[in-house]
Amino acid sequence: MVFSPVKGGGRGGRTGFTRRAAVAAVGVAALLTAGACGSSDDGGGSGSTKVEVFTWWADGGEKAGLDGLVKQFGTDCAGQTFENGAVAGGAGANAKSVLASRLQQGTPPDTFQAHAGAELSDYILAGQVEDISADYDTWGLKQAFPQGLIDNLTVDGKIYSVPANIHRANVVWTNKKVLADAGITKDPADMAAFIADLEKVKAKGIKAPLAIGKDWTQLMLFESVLITDLGPDKFTGLWNGTTDWNDPLVTKGINDFKTLLTYTNTDRDALDWTDAEKLVMDGKAGYQLMGDWEAADLDAKKFTDYAWFTFPGNGETFQWLADSFVLPKGANNPEGTKCWLKTVGSAAGQKAFNTTKGSIPARTDAAPADYPKYQQAAMADWKSAKQVPSCAHGSACSQGWQGAANSALGAFSTKQDVAALQKALATAASQFVKK
Amino acid sequence: MRKLRHWGPGLLLLSPSLILLAIFVYGLIAWTTKVSVSDEHNALGSKGFAGLDNYTKLFTEDINDRFTHSLKNLAVFTVVFLVGAMFFGLLWAFILERGVKAEGFFRTVYLFPMAVSFVASGVVWRWLMNPNKGENAGGLNAVLGGLGLDFAQSTWWTNPSWGMASMAIPAIWQLSGYVMALFLAGFRGIPAELREAAAMDGASTYRLYRNVIFPQLTPVALSALIILGHMSMKMFDLIMSVSGPQWLTEVPAIYVWQTLLTSDYAKAAAISIILLLLVAVVIVPYLVYTNRQEKNA
Repeated sequence: MVFSPVKGGGRGGRTGFTRRAAVAAVGVAALLTAGACGSSDDGGGSGSTKVEVFTWWADGGEKAGLDGLVKQFGTDCAGQTFENGAVAGGAGANAKSVLASRLQQGTPPDTFQAHAGAELSDYILAGQVEDISADYDTWGLKQAFPQGLIDNLTVDGKIYSVPANIHRANVVWTNKKVLADAGITKDPADMAAFIADLEKVKAKGIKAPLAIGKDWTQLMLFESVLITDLGPDKFTGLWNGTTDWNDPLVTKGINDFKTLLTYTNTDRDALDWTDAEKLVMDGKAGYQLMGDWEAADLDAKKFTDYAWFTFPGNGETFQWLADSFVLPKGANNPEGTKCWLKTVGSAAGQKAFNTTKGSIPARTDAAPADYPKYQQAAMADWKSAKQVPSCAHGSACSQGWQGAANSALGAFSTKQDVAALQKALATAASQFVKK
Repeated sequence: MRKLRHWGPGLLLLSPSLILLAIFVYGLIAWTTKVSVSDEHNALGSKGFAGLDNYTKLFTEDINDRFTHSLKNLAVFTVVFLVGAMFFGLLWAFILERGVKAEGFFRTVYLFPMAVSFVASGVVWRWLMNPNKGENAGGLNAVLGGLGLDFAQSTWWTNPSWGMASMAIPAIWQLSGYVMALFLAGFRGIPAELREAAAMDGASTYRLYRNVIFPQLTPVALSALIILGHMSMKMFDLIMSVSGPQWLTEVPAIYVWQTLLTSDYAKAAAISIILLLLVAVVIVPYLVYTNRQEKNA
């Protein structure tokens, strides 16, 4: 039985005492030694030439991209050695919890991966990352990156991270055959046209023409709808406190989102984005809104019959998210880290990373010919389009805000209560927006 | 001095485990309590004392009543899990006790699911409890459809009001065998004289079980309830692998983890303490009870 206390423990005489005392002393000593052995570990030291790069890129295209970057680092930064500090699993959740404890203990890695933008704000607030604005000037990154990105990255006039890549969130992926069967020949230009197309596909017997997954994928769709209904400037304002979440346009957005949900699969809360992607691949759905990593994934799965368009009504807006690297305060080898960051931001580094990972470079001076078809189109848009951040991927909001938004969307998925969602999002904004 | 000699060595022998317990259990509970009354809501650390604010806010100001929703989920899960596991455990123990052939075989079969980890079985149950119906049905729904029992197809854990009852199914499947083993030991522990005496008095089988055997099983039933109850309160791994962390199936243990990931240490600590109190409500009376029993014995 689990809770039964230890019974017995006899009453020995005088002779028993010494023996028991001896046993006890040995026992204590053994435990103390065991305790002492566990502590001392590596030395480290200041004159280190190792650069420990902490990521959650442990396999697939991401690992390949990292390998490319490491190779470039070896050429650019002779004398420095790369040390892989990747923590796999949980889409970064495992890595983030390991990182949090290392930062608290004051033993940060030399650099770590984080979504660029507002997700960094926790680290910035806590003074755990260094300002690298000056290096941006030396490395010429302010000219190489588009102004919209620089604006989104800047916090109180300072920049803290170097983005390694750019992904686009507001893209709708389609199954060409399903759309052709329904007689759809051109991409919808606005919400009304999109809904009309969804109706056409539905009329062909496809019950859920718009495939979607659990909370965060719903948040992505919702954000795209908000960009359409509010326009890019007011949308960005939602995340920096200049647009009120109680705005009637947000109500309109929630209602439009609710309408779109009626075209989606009812088992959405049980699916991840790859399950929803499979619905599109199998022809059980015609559309899916997802970030542009879907292109690389569809290619990897040898599905070629796909097309894409920017979410209807988003116009020239490019909703971006990026993985970036930072210089933590108290890093062992700041010099090596800076060389790593320089490589990450350099044209060669961005090419090495992005051609293998399936994303596009943050720099606008990259040669499109090096990239596959989808990326070429995205790179052209990246130069000309208006950049807005994404909350579902941490460029628009802090991790706490993101958690609250995901939870609110999850609740909306079951309850479909427009007023409750607006209230929840407004409350979340009042809690998390920087005063 | 004589007294010290008497209990000194015993204390010395126990001291390592006492010290470890003091630090890693009670010390950390104290630390968590301290964090839970602070205002450490981000990585910046604590700026001051917040009193019981973190606790009251969980009940009054949480967005969408997220915390009370997680408590409600936990309540549904716990009730269904306890009732289900106790029912099947008792039923199987009863059948085996009545003497079936190949008892050893069935005992192993029923007990075996307990050897599987919640994470592994959770992944399989995620597939089994596929919420699609009709032509898209998968898992259990496909089986039901194949049998012509379409009306019995369910949305399982994605049902907004009773989803947590479905979530309890894997837990019942996994722990009924354990309850069975406990009850079987209970049955076997009842001396044959009692049965014989009842038979001599002319008691029917029903009276025998109702008035002689089941009353003897009360302590076993209580232990089973406590063990399952505290497991249920802390349920995390099963739900994480069936549904992942999301609003629909959130319970306090998962909420703690989610909150911790967003660096809201004070809130996470407050939820943990409430969870600890909930478990204590179940466990402490039991400990008092067994303590008294042992003194009387």
